[in-house]
Amino acid sequence: MSQRGNIPILRVGSNLLTTIHIDLHDTIAEAFQEDVLVAIKNTGAKGLVIDITGLEEVDTYVARILADTGRMAALMGAHTILVGMRAEVAATLVRMGFAMDTVETALDVDDGLAMLQARKALGRK
Amino acid sequence: MADVVQRWEMPIRTEDDVILVRRKARMLAQERGFDAFATAALTTAASELGRNALVHGGGGGALIEHLADGTRSGIRITFVDRGPGIADMARVLAGGYSTARSLGLGLSGTRRLVEEFDIESAPGAGTKVVICKWTRY
Repeated sequence: MSQRGNIPILRVGSNLLTTIHIDLHDTIAEAFQEDVLVAIKNTGAKGLVIDITGLEEVDTYVARILADTGRMAALMGAHTILVGMRAEVAATLVRMGFAMDTVETALDVDDGLAMLQARKALGRK
Repeated sequence: MADVVQRWEMPIRTEDDVILVRRKARMLAQERGFDAFATAALTTAASELGRNALVHGGGGGALIEHLADGTRSGIRITFVDRGPGIADMARVLAGGYSTARSLGLGLSGTRRLVEEFDIESAPGAGTKVVICKWTRY
């Protein structure tokens, strides 16, 4: 799939999988969000897994970008699952008072994809 | 009494500068034996404050200091900007307040991640924030 940004978006069955491995600053973040939306439009994907295993820290700015990406995907009919959050990242975000409650989460990519399959089996969008 | 073992001054003029400050803090925390949770807390705090200095303060600088008190290691980071300053400090520190692109959790949330947190600011006089975190033993 063609992308403007530096973050690859892969098709896995009827879902999309993207792994964030670089620092999301303004320019990269916008390109990433637009790439995700174009990929959803082109593939008709109903699910999106965002893997943040590679992020050693997630500040409120990056957390907001991730939550916003999930909201944007939802407007296109795709359900987002954020996976791979490290233990120390989870602890830090909650201690700061950030509730990541607009995006569904799972431990890892396998669990995230399984959750999307389960949703599909239930016939939800 | 804590001694300053080493110090680094770094500019904050671009987003990349914020990332460099955060990476320096991470490297130092790992070298000094901070665990993964303490390291994430310190580097996330550095990221929030560096971004504040850039976005709200129009840029400035960071001073990173490695401290020692005989038994423990500490990392102190001072962020300075020459921006418009903060008029309503109580409101900003209470959280839920945002003047630009953050969620308003920046300062109130950051304060919960570190052992020491000091802020000085006045309208027109810029903002200075000092944070410090220590190893447990």
